[in-house]
Amino acid sequence: MSGEAKPSTLEAARASLMRSAALKPFEYLVWLPLPLLIFLFPSKAFLLNEIAILALFAVSLDLILGFAGIVSLGHAAFFGAGAYTAGILAANGFGAPLLGLAAGGAAAALLGFATSFFILRGSDLTRLMITLGLQLILLELANRFSGLTGGTDGLYGMTVDPIAGLFSFDLTGQTAWFYSLTVLFAAFLFARRLVHSPFGRSLKAVKGNRRRAAFLGIDTNRRLVAIYTVSAGLAGLAGVLLAQTTQFVSLDVLDFHRSAEVLLVLVIGGTGYLYGGIFGAVIFKLMQDWLSGMTPQYWQFWIGLLLVAIVLVGRERMTGGLGRLAAFLPGRPARRAAKAPAAGGEDAP
Amino acid sequence: MTPVLETIDLSRRFGGLTATDHVSFSLERGARHALIGPNGAGKTTFINLLTGALRPSGGQIRLAGEDVTRLAPDRRVKRGLSRTFQINQLFPEMTPLQALALAAAEARGTGAAWFSSIAADEPALARAAELLDRFGLAEFMDEPTSRLPYGRQRLLEIALSLAGHPEVLLLDEPAAGVPEEERADILKIVAALPEEVTILLIEHDMDLVFSFAERITVMVNGAIFAAGTPAEIEADRRVREVYLGEGGDE
Repeated sequence: MSGEAKPSTLEAARASLMRSAALKPFEYLVWLPLPLLIFLFPSKAFLLNEIAILALFAVSLDLILGFAGIVSLGHAAFFGAGAYTAGILAANGFGAPLLGLAAGGAAAALLGFATSFFILRGSDLTRLMITLGLQLILLELANRFSGLTGGTDGLYGMTVDPIAGLFSFDLTGQTAWFYSLTVLFAAFLFARRLVHSPFGRSLKAVKGNRRRAAFLGIDTNRRLVAIYTVSAGLAGLAGVLLAQTTQFVSLDVLDFHRSAEVLLVLVIGGTGYLYGGIFGAVIFKLMQDWLSGMTPQYWQFWIGLLLVAIVLVGRERMTGGLGRLAAFLPGRPARRAAKAPAAGGEDAP
Repeated sequence: MTPVLETIDLSRRFGGLTATDHVSFSLERGARHALIGPNGAGKTTFINLLTGALRPSGGQIRLAGEDVTRLAPDRRVKRGLSRTFQINQLFPEMTPLQALALAAAEARGTGAAWFSSIAADEPALARAAELLDRFGLAEFMDEPTSRLPYGRQRLLEIALSLAGHPEVLLLDEPAAGVPEEERADILKIVAALPEEVTILLIEHDMDLVFSFAERITVMVNGAIFAAGTPAEIEADRRVREVYLGEGGDE
């Protein structure tokens, strides 16, 4: 069995694997301009902050949905766990933002770990029901223990300290935006590193063919528990950000619509390549902002219409259509234009 | 010498049907052994029991002398028991290179690492490249598996099972569904499998069985019906009747 590979094959293999993990030009295009947005739209700081938080939440869901193939309709459970942890801490005199982040992330991760054992078996439908059920349980617990959570009134009296004692959360929302963006960036780097590691690739194998993955010697249950825990922790961080930057937590953080919304974001942005969460969050929030400005009562109509269109037509065909349109522009090779966008959404639902 | 793989009184019932009927079977180290039998004889059920895809209703399975009857499939793989599938079980979105590198890393125990890069895992990379070369997959290394010609997918199926340097390899109908013109590639690969790997071949193709096997076990109705060298099996009138005879396709 001691054959040796041809040097050319070995080199090609190494180059190919390095290429697939290397930073791509579009990634710089995504991250470099982001901090500047606040100077372009100073009045939109709160919207930008919400986008960063939703993006982080969506990236966390993508880790289980796009990489491990676990569907969830209850991801808000972890968002809410993070938000309430940070909120209750800040309402009781522990207002240091980084402490809140650490505690909220850890609490959500712990909850993720504890509930991960329910999603190991069963079909997509069972997982949808179980995740949804766990979130409902958490919502009612938060409602019941109103002494701690404020119940339906919400949690008032949070005092969030300045970040590192230097940057206080002001009324312009600038600090909030930079804070959320920084956490999103750090969490994203972490997630990106993770999905390109052997661990991350093994998740894709589990998603692609769980049976065969086991026959490569992969302990599929352990991998799923691990990624579910990580995903829950990151969702918790998103919840912490919302709590700290708005200095308020209500039962809304555990609501069903939040779980549905983040799934919708991934449907818009695409799963399995991490940036779908960011693109989806930007598109979703901008549309929400724009549409609710035009028709405050009926904006969900248009979001719903978009969702139906995406699912019926398929994102690939929509972006493919754009590519074909672009082919009519001078000086652009048709095939490349049509192929490029499709590379992003490899798991279009 | 202890057999590398052994079953003692192994049984599996599905309701009223006994798919595996008190099978005591052993595989010597380095063997080239074939398991044949008419359709529905219980060959695949037997393989599924050996690998842990199914739990037995009774009996014991020993791998290198140790009881593995209750071990999960991935644990048995870690102990050197690998298999291929009759119907390809591949990763459609991954390229052969990605899948092989992952399989090799997994066998080395680096497959669960969170922050290393698989491109920096030299032994895994070398193993993947070696298998790509050996199985004629090098030119397809960056193609998503779903786009490979069927014969190449079949080869990848075998390559994946070898990535972890298994001690025992169960080949479940490696030539199943492969078009005639690609069949020779499969036969060549099977014939050239490393000597030190113990192989149990389940196959319908009698050319392949008789050219490959040093011992043959015939299974009928979930039980061992006959066992012997290819010459003995060929000469056994009862085997000819149930299986090798004309219209013996059941």
